[in-house]
Amino acid sequence: MSPRITQKIAFSLLFLVSLVVFIPVLFIIGILVSKGAAALTWEFIFSMPKDGMRGGGILPAIVGTLLIVLCSISIALPVGILAAVYLNEYAKDNLLTRIIQLSIVNLAGVPSIIYGLFGLAFFVIMLNLGVSVIAGALTLAIMELPSIITTTRNSLNNVPASFREVSLSLGVSRWQTIRRVVLPNALPGIMTGAILSIARIAGETAPILFTAAAFYVPHLPHSLSEQVMALPYHLYVISTQIPNMPEKITYGTALILVLLVLILSFTVIILRIFFRKRYKW
Amino acid sequence: MVVKIQVNNLNCWFKNTQVIKSLFLSILEHEILGIIGPANSGKTTFLRCLNRLNDLNPHFKSKGEILKDGRNINTIKLETLRQEIGMVFAMPISLPMSIYDNITYGAKQHGIKNKKELSGIVEESLVKASLWDEVKGRLDQPALQLSGGQQQRLCIARTLAVQPEVILFDEPCSGLDPISTAKVEETMINLKDKYTIVLVTNNVKQAARVSSRIAFFLMGELVEIDTANDIFVKPSDRRTEDYITGRFG
Ligand SMILES: Nc1ncnc2c1ncn2[C@@H]1O[C@H](COP(=O)(O)OP(=O)(O)O)[C@@H](O)[C@H]1O
Ligand SMILES: [Mg+2]
Repeated sequence: MSPRITQKIAFSLLFLVSLVVFIPVLFIIGILVSKGAAALTWEFIFSMPKDGMRGGGILPAIVGTLLIVLCSISIALPVGILAAVYLNEYAKDNLLTRIIQLSIVNLAGVPSIIYGLFGLAFFVIMLNLGVSVIAGALTLAIMELPSIITTTRNSLNNVPASFREVSLSLGVSRWQTIRRVVLPNALPGIMTGAILSIARIAGETAPILFTAAAFYVPHLPHSLSEQVMALPYHLYVISTQIPNMPEKITYGTALILVLLVLILSFTVIILRIFFRKRYKW
Repeated sequence: MVVKIQVNNLNCWFKNTQVIKSLFLSILEHEILGIIGPANSGKTTFLRCLNRLNDLNPHFKSKGEILKDGRNINTIKLETLRQEIGMVFAMPISLPMSIYDNITYGAKQHGIKNKKELSGIVEESLVKASLWDEVKGRLDQPALQLSGGQQQRLCIARTLAVQPEVILFDEPCSGLDPISTAKVEETMINLKDKYTIVLVTNNVKQAARVSSRIAFFLMGELVEIDTANDIFVKPSDRRTEDYITGRFG
């Protein structure tokens, strides 16, 4: 076979493989849209559920999920970034830091239901936070820390070493160098990590099952110490626990969950572009 | 003549490889000391000892003492030492910000907040670095839009902006065209009156053009140091002669 033909075959194979990845996504979106689009009305998005959740809207679940996700990311991002900065820029390579790094890698592999049980035991019971937005957000925050730390460290490593040397050679302290040069330039990468975590945790059910999610709360939360409805758990409830559930509500809810993740991701992508423009090299 | 920096029996290692061997050297105030020698002779390592930039490398070890104005540099606060001994790197490294911000970056970190004072520093540094006329109308533009030669002079201006006493140049023209090189050389000569300059260069002719004295490094050792005239007319070591006549290196 001539090299050109081999190359053609290889490329076609690669193309097919990428189709295989793409097709299920298309299917999922297609099914969600065809069965759920009819449910998408302003009323569905902006009103309370009624008739035992068989009618009305899903506003409390949307607000609940948004609250949990935003709280957890605003806890996990600063902690994760600081931890990554410490590990990357300050920590010496010794036994302790190796143990920390090993734990981070292993934490990423723990099944999410274990985080849920940990959250129940630690935040809900031991710290007496009760089943609440804050307990759920903390649980999710712990779950997303490993990926935030890892992506942040990668983006810190991608900032050219020469930038640090220039800054240090001007007599600027290490901390100011990190703050003024390293972090701003690593920000686009850190944002990407945040996007990925948001997309992942917004759909998580197990970690909030015992820590934040309520079966049915037909009003909006007044504080972070209340339990709330949340989209993924609500979806589970209406698909398995409620008889005679109109199909379009189930699919509509699923569609909203997907859209929510997309909107959150887009916001971060736009922020990312904005920061890219300000700090490009 | 006043000794600005005195190096006594300096030895350096990366891991277990010794890269500088019992170096004794004085750098005089307001001279341009040229350092020449083939690649891997330890020229860069020597420069980075003076502002302690090697300390960033966990595998780096050194023995011996370096005195600045008679004071051991290890007893000087790191930030102060590096502000007083500035460095210009081989490749022009502009930070990804505007021309103006590149120059004020260091000064701001050293506590200068006043806008007027900062603008003054920007103009003064750019004038000294012979770049002012080329950029005065576009200080707010990204530094990365400048040509390589302009960026290198921007780097010089950025170093000047923190008011150093000594400036270390590590092959500052290695990536530049002849015209830019000439401008940078002219800048260095103009700076001589106010600053002490150490210039590492892979270009023997450049060393001859700008240096007051020249040191020849070979495999981590200082072979010879003399005035620019003497080292070219009557080198006292055979290896120096071979190198400057282009027989090796
Ligand atoms: N970061 C480093 N790690 C290990 N070895 C290094 C490092 N930097 C330089 N060296 C070694 O030190 C020796 C001197 O290098 P250098 O000071 O860069 O020489 P020059 O600037 O004269 O070319 C070389 O053998 C080089 O391989
Ligand atoms: Mg070098």
